[in-house]
Amino acid sequence: MGDFFSAIGDVVTNEVTYSGAMRFAALLAFAAIGETIAEKAGTLNISLEGMVLGGAFAGALGMHLTESVTVGLMFASLIGVVVASVQANMSHRLTANQFVVGLALNTLVLGIASFLNTSIQPVSRAAHRFEVPGLSEIPLIGDALFNQPWPLYLVYPMIPAAWWLLYRTRWGLEVRAVGENPQSADVSGIDVNKRRRESIYIAGLTSGLGGGYLVLGQIGRFEDAVVGGQGFIAIAAVIFGGWTMRGVIGGCLLFGTVNSFRLTLPTVGHELNSELLSAAPFVVTIVTVTFFAHRTREPRALAQPFVRGLT
Amino acid sequence: MSEQHAQLAAEGPETGPTATAGSGPAPSRLREAGVAAAMYLACIIVALFASALIVWATGGSWQAVFSALLDGSLRAPGRWGETIGIAIPLVVVALGTAINGRAGVVNIGQEGQVMMGTAFATYVGVNMGGPGPIVVICLLIVGALAGAMWAGIASWLLYWRRVPEVLTTLLLITVASQATGYALKVDWLLLAPFRADRSVRNQVSDQLATDTRLPRIDIWGNDFPISSIAVVLMAVIVFLLFKRSVWGFRMRMLGRNARTATRAGVSTVKYGTTAMLISGACAGLAGAMMLSGGDFGNYRFTPGFANNIGWEGLLVALVARSHPVGIVVVAFSFAGLRAGSGFLAATGVEREISQVVLALLVLALLVPPAILFIRERRRALAATRDRT
Repeated sequence: MGDFFSAIGDVVTNEVTYSGAMRFAALLAFAAIGETIAEKAGTLNISLEGMVLGGAFAGALGMHLTESVTVGLMFASLIGVVVASVQANMSHRLTANQFVVGLALNTLVLGIASFLNTSIQPVSRAAHRFEVPGLSEIPLIGDALFNQPWPLYLVYPMIPAAWWLLYRTRWGLEVRAVGENPQSADVSGIDVNKRRRESIYIAGLTSGLGGGYLVLGQIGRFEDAVVGGQGFIAIAAVIFGGWTMRGVIGGCLLFGTVNSFRLTLPTVGHELNSELLSAAPFVVTIVTVTFFAHRTREPRALAQPFVRGLT
Repeated sequence: MSEQHAQLAAEGPETGPTATAGSGPAPSRLREAGVAAAMYLACIIVALFASALIVWATGGSWQAVFSALLDGSLRAPGRWGETIGIAIPLVVVALGTAINGRAGVVNIGQEGQVMMGTAFATYVGVNMGGPGPIVVICLLIVGALAGAMWAGIASWLLYWRRVPEVLTTLLLITVASQATGYALKVDWLLLAPFRADRSVRNQVSDQLATDTRLPRIDIWGNDFPISSIAVVLMAVIVFLLFKRSVWGFRMRMLGRNARTATRAGVSTVKYGTTAMLISGACAGLAGAMMLSGGDFGNYRFTPGFANNIGWEGLLVALVARSHPVGIVVVAFSFAGLRAGSGFLAATGVEREISQVVLALLVLALLVPPAILFIRERRRALAATRDRT
């Protein structure tokens, strides 16, 4: 047991842990910010995984075609929105079951991406690092926050922007109303399903961008398993955060840190079982949600379709 | 959460296309059925056309792909037996999912439950010893129990701490995959003992002994395990439970409106937990049947053994709208796609295309009921306006 604590100590004082945690957390945050907005409007958007994956492939493809990271990221968010438009229109125009649509979309995107990946084989590489002068000198966390591939910095302005959109605009108020009580919102003249669709488009935009960041900012090339369930962890982060922007970001940071522990432990010379470590983020998620779930309240109409006149 | 996700149980007359028939100018039933059939046909054709387009765009031949899929699933000798073999676990998983869908509890972790079921079944099958048939029965029971246990964690957390079951079942998939992966690495759990004939020690379990396998039926060169008969029986039982039993009615009441159900004396915790445990047990049983049936992994358990069967079974239940007969039909077609994808290598098109076809078909099959439902709603609303 003492061995275990010394391992933890070594990891906590290692700068690499924090950089790794930040990189994982950024991907989760990209996806989770959009998912928060979508869930506030009442959609439990299972296709988040597919949106991130689609964005990742589109990012690699954009880079392959134009040699430009910026274009790659634009491609990524565009494909994120394309996936989102299927989810949005199927579940909030046709009112088909949103879980079925989401699951089918995940399969579809994975199928198309791996199919096209083998036939096109896009060549891409990671974006260069950008060191913010001065700020990156802060001990321990300076490197993590301010010496990263530049696409990561996109997530910083997105957090306050999403908060402002959700809590300080008329649109955000309507979105929250739609997620809490669609019948009342409908009566007061809000187009419930339209707001829900729009919120899913935003989820597609941010999570597609997240996928682009994953490939172009972190890994450098696309593989089928590149996302590997991180979209689902982002959904978990939203639930963990109790549907508040602050909590969600906290959740992303926590899960990012756990994920980073897994990778840093071996590098600082501690042997631990790899399966155990890979399962750790998921177990930690379940345990933390178990202790915090009863303190939070989900949007009341979460995952309920809205059809006018039907209670 | 159970009330929230009642829409996963979206089947039955209230929300179905016939929901509000009778109000408004009632068109003839025959014509309605004709319109519905035409819509389904059109949507399926669009889905197939879209898949053909993807194949064509990447330089493949779509005729060759579809013909290979048909050959691999039905036409080539011995292939429909293979399709039945794949359909068995899909049906079992989907029947379990139908039950929790009825009760308004969500379980999307079948993949993990299948893995746990298979892992425990493997342990029993390899280590128990004794007369073969008894071992097989024990192995199936233990598999079901393991699946139920894995789903039980989610339902326990749901009713103890209100943890959303969507989340727990989903995350437990990865935990199951890592746990079984670990078990396949250690000698005292599942890893096959070292033998001279294998140079590398892969993560693979010992093979089930010949007498501890499910017997296989052979019809005109198509062979499939005997569990197929049990599966059809299970479908009938679930059908009768839904249609004719008090228990099934209570489940449905709970799924439709948890508050009404509680007022009527249906315990949310009791029935919700039961539904979840049965669902997990079905997934675990499916895993055990896959192991002892022989169509998957040659009677050995490996890390990739579950191979998306859990996910696909879940989709089967959702597409078939939790209807037992529909489940059998949909499962057979999904299994056909999977069996057919084995023949794709000869056409030079990647086998992932079968996943694309599958997902497009699922999306396409969602459209007609949704359109019919919206049309019914419009008609009903118009009728109420006329009355007032």
